[in-house]
Amino acid sequence: MYYTSRPEQCALASYFIDIGTTRYRFDGLAHLLAVASPLRSGDQLAGLAAESAEQRMAARLVLADLPLKAFLSETVVSYESDEVTRLIVDSHDPVAFAAISTLTVGEFREWLLSNTVGGSDIGAVAAGITPEMAAAVSKLMRNQDLIAVARKISVVTRFRNTIGLPGRLAVRLQPNHPTDDPAGIAASVLDGLLMGAGDAVIGINPASDNIETMATLLNLLEEVRCAYDIPTQSCVLAHVTTTLALVNRGAPVDLCFQSIAGTQAANRSFGIDLALLAETREATLSLDRGSIGSNVMYFETGQGSCLSADAHHGVDQQTLEARAYAVARAFSPLLVNSVVGFIGPEYLYDGKQIARAALEDHFCGKLLGVPMGVDICYTNHAEADGDDTDTILTLLGVAGVTFIMGVPGADDIMLNYQSTSFHDALYLREVLGLRPAPEFEAWLEKIGLSENGRIADWTPPAFEANRISALGQLNG
Amino acid sequence: MADPPALHHRLGALTQARVLLGRAGQAMPTRALLDFQLDHARARDAVHAALDPAALSAAIKQPCMVVRSRALDRTEYLKRPDLGRLLHEDDGALLTQTGATLAIVVADGLSASAVHAHAAPLIAAIVERLPDWRIAPPVVALQARVALGDDIGEALGAELSLVLIGERPGLSAHDSLGAYLTWAPRRGRRDSERNCVSNIRPPHGLSYAAAADTIVALMRAARHLQLTGVALKDGTLSLPSPDAR
Repeated sequence: MYYTSRPEQCALASYFIDIGTTRYRFDGLAHLLAVASPLRSGDQLAGLAAESAEQRMAARLVLADLPLKAFLSETVVSYESDEVTRLIVDSHDPVAFAAISTLTVGEFREWLLSNTVGGSDIGAVAAGITPEMAAAVSKLMRNQDLIAVARKISVVTRFRNTIGLPGRLAVRLQPNHPTDDPAGIAASVLDGLLMGAGDAVIGINPASDNIETMATLLNLLEEVRCAYDIPTQSCVLAHVTTTLALVNRGAPVDLCFQSIAGTQAANRSFGIDLALLAETREATLSLDRGSIGSNVMYFETGQGSCLSADAHHGVDQQTLEARAYAVARAFSPLLVNSVVGFIGPEYLYDGKQIARAALEDHFCGKLLGVPMGVDICYTNHAEADGDDTDTILTLLGVAGVTFIMGVPGADDIMLNYQSTSFHDALYLREVLGLRPAPEFEAWLEKIGLSENGRIADWTPPAFEANRISALGQLNG
Repeated sequence: MADPPALHHRLGALTQARVLLGRAGQAMPTRALLDFQLDHARARDAVHAALDPAALSAAIKQPCMVVRSRALDRTEYLKRPDLGRLLHEDDGALLTQTGATLAIVVADGLSASAVHAHAAPLIAAIVERLPDWRIAPPVVALQARVALGDDIGEALGAELSLVLIGERPGLSAHDSLGAYLTWAPRRGRRDSERNCVSNIRPPHGLSYAAAADTIVALMRAARHLQLTGVALKDGTLSLPSPDAR
């Protein structure tokens, strides 16, 4: 096989390559990245996917020889019209970039995998890596590469406990209820705590957007946390404007949540911009509720959100997802997770596509310096089931995922999708020898929930005495 | 493991969530595992069930026109929601201008099970509440998203279209029907220009009578205001869910 690749001189760089008798041409980085991307239904829906398997490989061959520096001279979304692009360009750190500045994308893959490059070396260049570079290199990596490199990287954050240490796996306790019923939520919270979940956060997706309801739920979580003196943080996953209002009325807001995406237009469809995120972060920080750290933001993302909002600018969904992590890292979050199978089969069709996306998202997040967890999940119209979540869960555990979800029985009765269960988290900790966040682990032992590193088979006396007012009816 | 202690045991009365499952090692006990898989199996079957137009026509007690979207099978339907919103090129000719007040479209959506269970009695309840309206014979739409009702309503020349469609199955409900109302249906209508009544699923969800009352009230208001959507939204109604779009 003979091929050449070189950019031509014009406004938008063109790249071409000859494979056999076929000449493949790519107009601009966005086109090149999209065609190089592993197959997924969302890129097909957007009309961006490779037209053939050979064309996809042609794009990857071009990408492999592309200097990383090319990503500093061409943006995939216009600088003038998109504040996420401006954030990426303006915050790029040339000093951090220096160590990798002469590499091509293909050489960058080998550098990341090299035995002489450790997690701290990668962390040192993170501020020099743009999300487009991260997405590009991920497209040249097999699943095992995404796991091997992510496993090297630790991103450690703190609020009331320490998240992201090597050998640790945290769990977001997700006790959602279709009517936000405090007793129903409290029941799921206690079930999760008794199964050792909740060190990442105890976080409720509210069904209502009513601020009184949100305040009630925040007070409930605060009551539970204080009743059992749990070294963790709580969150009601409201829109930032609601969180801002809750902060201003003195509600016990630990973390500020927001869904974010990789373009300004998609973020606008979420009702946010970077200034609003900054304002709400400042307000949340002003409460000064973290005992050992001040990472107060919690972000959720997911491939396909920009296309869903008709705001993808001809860029593939995985590259846009990586751009969302550039948004996240600008706000020093405690937690970020991709909700990888939630959006549906028109974006990620089956278990194979969801697994690939989960590993890409985790890898790109860690590479960019974000504390990356994954909501490993599927809907009933996706070609996926519990075997797929088991596989993805195990792969991500090996990759060193920061946290996963804990939903009672894996069945979220409010959002109507299937995630991972408290049992799943125990399985992963058991088979890989992973432990909870250290402060939370010490609490589990102190209160009698943990015995010899495993969750106890009984309910400790502290939980028999009912300390939760929302569960008052149980005393009747 | 031992029997769950008292407090823990009583939590289950407070929520439909799958709490108190117990453990086998770290894993779910066998019965809890199989219960979950049964619910998922029923949801999967509902997603992939084919709509039977003849049976539906018999249940509705009148002949129905059958049209297709441009998504020709379930796989394409799931991957290409855009095709599910467009009328098949060959089927437009089946529909002629009626000048009807209302076009009723019965669409498989993501649960043909829901359509077979609930569409016919709901249509009967709606029609009996509108004795003086000109209602076109129902159109059955296959591999259909909500917006396919725009093409159909436009081809029928109806003032209003009402799309009855199977909602995305959850583990707890695989046969929930949604009703989407659009004033002056035509291609390009936005979701914000529709009103939705969801979770029609007696006896657990909305009853036929209650759903028909709400739908008819909305339709009368829509005719009065000459619009549907956000401007017609009342506190008891929700915007369309993204899944069925």
